[in-house]
This record gives sequence, structure tokens and C-alpha cells, in this order.
Amino acid sequence: MSEVLAPAPAPVSSSAPVGTARKVAKIALIGNPNSGKSSLFNHLTGLNQKVGNFPGVTVDKKTGITHLTPSLKAQVIDLPGTYSLYPKSLDEKVIIDLLHDKKGESYPDVLVITADASNLKRNLLLFTQLADLKIPAVLALNMMDVAEKHGVKIDLAELQQELGVPVIPVNARNGSGIAALKIVLSEQVEPPRSSFYEIPDDLLVMVRQIRYYFELSNDYLALHYAHQYSKLSFLSEDDKEYIGDLVKKYGFKSNTLQAAETISRYTSINTLLLDAMRVTKAENNEQFSNKVDQVLTHKVFGYLIFFGVLFLMFQAIFAWASYPMDLIDGGVASLNAWIHTLAEGPLVDLLTEGVLAGLGGVLIFIPQIALLFAFIAILEETGYMARVTFLMDKIMRKFGLNGKSVVPLISGVACAVPAIMATRTIESWKDRLITIFVTPLMSCSARLPIYAIMIGLVVPEKYFLGFLSLQGLVLMALYLIGFVAAIVSAAILKWVLKTKERSYFIMEFPTYKMPRWKNVGLTIVEKSKAFVFQAGKVILAISVILWVMSTYGPGNSIEQAEARATAELTTLNLEEADAEAHVAGQKLEASYAGKFGKFIEPAIRPLGYDWKVGIALLTSFAAREVFVGTISTIYSVGDAENEATVKEKLMAQKDASGQPFFTPARAFSLLIFYVFAMQCMSTLAVVYRETKGWKWPILQLVYMTGLAYVSAFIVFRLFS
Amino acid sequence: MQAQQKSVRDLKIGESGEIASLSDPEMALKLLEMGCIPGVMVKLNSRAPLGDPITIIVNDYTLSLRLDEAATILLKA
Repeated sequence: MSEVLAPAPAPVSSSAPVGTARKVAKIALIGNPNSGKSSLFNHLTGLNQKVGNFPGVTVDKKTGITHLTPSLKAQVIDLPGTYSLYPKSLDEKVIIDLLHDKKGESYPDVLVITADASNLKRNLLLFTQLADLKIPAVLALNMMDVAEKHGVKIDLAELQQELGVPVIPVNARNGSGIAALKIVLSEQVEPPRSSFYEIPDDLLVMVRQIRYYFELSNDYLALHYAHQYSKLSFLSEDDKEYIGDLVKKYGFKSNTLQAAETISRYTSINTLLLDAMRVTKAENNEQFSNKVDQVLTHKVFGYLIFFGVLFLMFQAIFAWASYPMDLIDGGVASLNAWIHTLAEGPLVDLLTEGVLAGLGGVLIFIPQIALLFAFIAILEETGYMARVTFLMDKIMRKFGLNGKSVVPLISGVACAVPAIMATRTIESWKDRLITIFVTPLMSCSARLPIYAIMIGLVVPEKYFLGFLSLQGLVLMALYLIGFVAAIVSAAILKWVLKTKERSYFIMEFPTYKMPRWKNVGLTIVEKSKAFVFQAGKVILAISVILWVMSTYGPGNSIEQAEARATAELTTLNLEEADAEAHVAGQKLEASYAGKFGKFIEPAIRPLGYDWKVGIALLTSFAAREVFVGTISTIYSVGDAENEATVKEKLMAQKDASGQPFFTPARAFSLLIFYVFAMQCMSTLAVVYRETKGWKWPILQLVYMTGLAYVSAFIVFRLFS
Repeated sequence: MQAQQKSVRDLKIGESGEIASLSDPEMALKLLEMGCIPGVMVKLNSRAPLGDPITIIVNDYTLSLRLDEAATILLKA
């Protein structure tokens, strides 16, 4: 509060706070990308944030509660960053849906418009559009310090006079000015007094018809209805037809008029800034950023550094994350063991093996998500992410991907779940969708145990040239096959997917900045919460279903199997661990999962699999590495932790004619199956959450399973 | 012919030009919003290592765009 207060706010008509005394006022934050909007949101709301959905689209709706005064609360909603009120992307569309629908439940009482003072001209374009809508507004002028360094001097009193709204200088980095902003917001905020664009006379007849028909409060809003009626989801079909007919009747040329409006607004802005802004230095100092860019976007060093960063990220989610993950794993296991010491019974089993194990399966992803998003937030905050896109755009575009797709794709080698969440940084919906779709084809760490067991079974431990391990080469080939499949699928999708949305690369190239650690921390919390509460539900539900399927069988088949197996033990003379495994194996065979395995056997026989593999295919849907555990149970391996024991047991398996079951043909068929198949409910759940629907996860499941099936079939035929 | 008119695509690094017009009506809306208005000076700031995209300086800030997008910003001769 030592900060200089802004010139007196616009006239305060009464002591009444925003909105009526009863309901909580709604404040919407809006501004250009990189104008400090999100930082301001974080300052206002802290940890009181909630992530929901805008109806019908895949844009996160961040809302939070702020205390304007100790006794006055207000709801703050963070709108997507945009350069104008004419949306160019689906994300930006939610803004007009919200601001053009006065009866909408999220319609704001006040707008806080953020603007970057060091780039005022462009930032004011959006401001002038919003001001002409006549919604009560405050301008939060951010980055005055940067502007000053650039030799830009802003006369706040003059600016406030010209703009007709309270202008509050804030520093979203350190939070200064926020207190002043809150004081202004706690009082009555008036609609903007100035207008910045005059609607051409020849349009007024049509504009007024729309205005009166929809009972709109001003002409500019009516003009927007004429421009974007087809995009406004709250209008009924009849309403759209009404406007559509008018637009046709008056020969309304939307594109030309929009262009003319933008040019006219820039003219007004230039005029008003003549008085309110003085530039003392001719060259601004983007020199620092330019110097850094000479290294970071250099032909050689640029890529080297980028791959270094990727490697570090990969290390983090692959290696560093494993420590907290082991802790969670161990924690859930000991919690379960502890509960078992207290009580036993089917309900206790449901709680431990079903619910708690499923919960553990959700929590286990948090370390990877947190670490990956720590990196991504830092890359975004510093401005390096824009350089990544800059470096990679030309290559990735050939495959229908985006420069930013590199980060999710590489992260996918560790785990597809955080990787798919990382696609949020891709603005173009089509590029984002393609990246989401192909990322699970990258071989993730959960496939490694299966690769290791199967390769160990059938690939001899030979070396070429003394050091090139044959097993290692096969492993590498599997990773490469996955990568090639991802790239090729992306290229195919690029042609298949048709979108009305035109994708642009045109974007601000931000200067380098120090990351704001508060934003980094809040991003981590937000992403983890979103995963746990949105994808977590699905994962928990599926894991309980899978547990029930592998624990219960029709009628008393399980009890019978247990009795039979126990009886057999007396003649088998097994060691204790193997004896337990024998009983478990027999019980699994008798369960619904066992029935399922037998049921799908005809379908998987062409791939070389029997019903036992069928069970493992079902249970490993929970997570691919479960395959090894199930195979161990079904083949009665006592010590499933020991890879050598599992291998030995599997090698000893005979098929109907007495030959070894795991031939190279079968093993390679399984390997290829797991390279391609979408055997991961968590990935499906996170795709569901990121695309806000079941359409894409189901398509992905069908596509990947189909690809896996056909490829495994071909491989089995080739090798047998 | 419009195709022969010089565009931002043809600038050399460090070279500036004055915007004459925008040739793609739909993309023009986006470019105008970003401040690429006829009469404004643009300077080619840098090229990505593979030649595309590029960054330009317009209205005192840096804007990145692809070459085919830059080709729609026509310059005064």
C-alpha cells in the first residue's frame, strides 16, 4: 500500500458495493495474453480457486473468491487471454458467450481489464471494444516499470480522463497496487463514459432492429450480434435465423467491417495516447531478449539447449518422480496391510484391494504431474516456450503437429497421463487434439516391464561387435515403432480432421522474464487437483470394476476353485509361496476375469494368445505393468517380483501339443500388441477430461486397439 | 500483379518496411488486431534456424509468425 494510489476513481454514486447487497458480485478478469492477467488472478484469489468448465467447450473456467474488504467477498472469473472481442479460436469464443449474454448466470457485474503498459497501444484495442459494450470496468495497468525502462512515460490522470474508467497501476509480479484495485472494486463502478468507435450510419438501421428485438442496452452490442450470431451459443435457432435474414437483407459484410473497425480503433487509440503517453527513447530495450535469443534460437546451440531441457524434464518424470511414487505405493500397501490386521471380510477387501488400491492408482500420478508442470510453468513463465514453438514449428507442422507438441510427445515416453495434460499449452484445438491422440503411442515407462519379460523370453543375449546387445536393439526398435506410429498417425489425422477454425501462428513473442514462483506453485496445485478430481473418478471406478471382476465369479465358482486347488496341493508338494500362487491362479481362472479371458479367446487366437493371456489383457487395462503380475498369478509364479523366476515359469509353459507356449511368434505378437494398444484406463480418463467428452477417448481406444490387433496378427503370422 | 509486390517475407534481417496492405482478408483481421496496420513500420527481427517462422518488430513489440502469414503483409515499394 506504499504504492502511489491511482488518481481518484470515477465518481462514486453511493456507498453501495458492486451488485446488490444480497448476491456476491461477479468480477471478470480479461486482457491480452501476457498482460499479467493470470498473476493478477492468483494475487486476488490465492488458493481459493476452482477449475470448472465453460459449457460446451474444452476451456477451463477458473473462478475464485476474493475479499475486497474484510467483510465484502466477490467472485472472480479468469477469462482466456484474447487480443480482441472477435474470437479467432474456440478458447476465445467463451468470452463473447459470457459477455454478450446479459441474462447468463456468469454475466459479470464488473470487468477488470488488464493491460501491459509497455505495449499499451495493442492492449488498448481490446479495452476500447469492452468499453463500448458499456459494462462497468476498471483498467489494471500492469508492467509500468517495464514501460518506464523502455522510455515510455504514461500520464495516469490524463489516461484515466481519456479512457473514462478508473485506471489502477498494478504490479502483478510483486502484488503492489492490488490493494488499491480492491478498494476501487469494493465501491460502485460505473460503466465507461467514453466511446471509441462510431458505428457507420448506414449500419444503424439494421443494428437498431437487432438491438430492439433482443432488448439490448447499446448499439455496439447489437453490432456484435450481427457479426457473430452464428457463434453465440445462447441464441436459439430462431434468433440466429432472425439475425441471419437481416444480415443478408442489408448486405452486411462482416470481414470488411471488422477490419475497418479495428483500423478506426487504432486511430482513436493513437490520438488519445498522444496526450497520455510520451516515448523518450526511440529504440526500446528488447535488446536483452534479442541477445539471449541469439543463443537460445541458434542453429546449433538452440537445438542442443532445447534437447538438454527436454532431457532434464524426461529425467524428472522418469527418474526423480519414482521416489515419491514408491512412497505412495508403499504407503497404500502398508495402509492396506494395517487395515487387514484390524478386520477381515469381503467388505474390507473391497475397501483395500478395490477402493484404496484404486485411489493409490490415482495418487501415484501426482509426482509426475507436479514435476512436469513445474517445468512447463517455468518454460511458459520465462518465455522460453515461445522459443520452443519457434524452433520446432517447421518440422512439427509437416505432421499436423505444433511446435509445442514436442513437450507432450517426449513426456509421453515417461507417462502419457501428464503428457496429455501438457497439451493445454497448444492454442490451436486441432493441433492439440492430434497431439492428444498420438501421444499414447509413444512407449511409456509402464510398457517397459512387459518389454523386458517378453524380450528376455525369446531374444537371445547376443552381442554384435562385442557391445551392441541384441536385446537392447529390439527394445530400441519397439520405442522407434511407437514413435513412428505416433508421427504417421498425426500426419493421417491432419488430413482426416476438418475444422472450421483457422489456425494461426501469429503471436506475441514475449521477452524473457524471471518466473513468478507463486504462479508455478499454483499451476502445480491446480493441475494435480484437476487430475485427481476429474480423471481420478474414472480411474477409481474402473479399478473397482476390474478388482470385482478378478475377485468374484459366477455362483460359488471361486469357492469351488479354491477347494479344488487346496485339495490338489497335497499331491503337488509345492513350496509355500508356490502353493499360494497355485490357489490364486485357480481362483483367478474361476473369476469373471477368467470367464472373460475364455470368452475372448476365439478373438485373440489369431494373434497366438490363449485365455490366460486374455485375462492379462483385461487386468492390464488398469495399467500395462499389471500384465506381468497377472501372468505371474495365472501361471502360479510364487515370487512375481523376481524377473528371472517369472521368465523361468513362462518358458516352462507348454501349449496343447506339448511345445513351449511362448514361441518367438507369440512373444513378438504380444510385444507389438503392447506397443500400440491403448491398454491404460488412466490415459483414457485423462483424455476424457482434456476433451470434455467420451468421443475422443473411445475413438482412440478403437483406433489403437485396432492397430494393435492387426499388427500383432501380422507379426504372429510372419514369425510362425 | 499482387504477387510481385514486396512483402514482409522478402525483408532481410534488420531491414524495415512500411505496411501497404494485407492480402488475405481473413488473416488480415488477426494481423490488424496485432497492430499490423497499413502505414505502420515493420522490421524483420529474426528467423528460426530452419528459416520459418520469423519474428518482426511492429509497434515496439516482437511478433512471431510463419512465412506464409508474413507473405500476406504487403509493403510499400
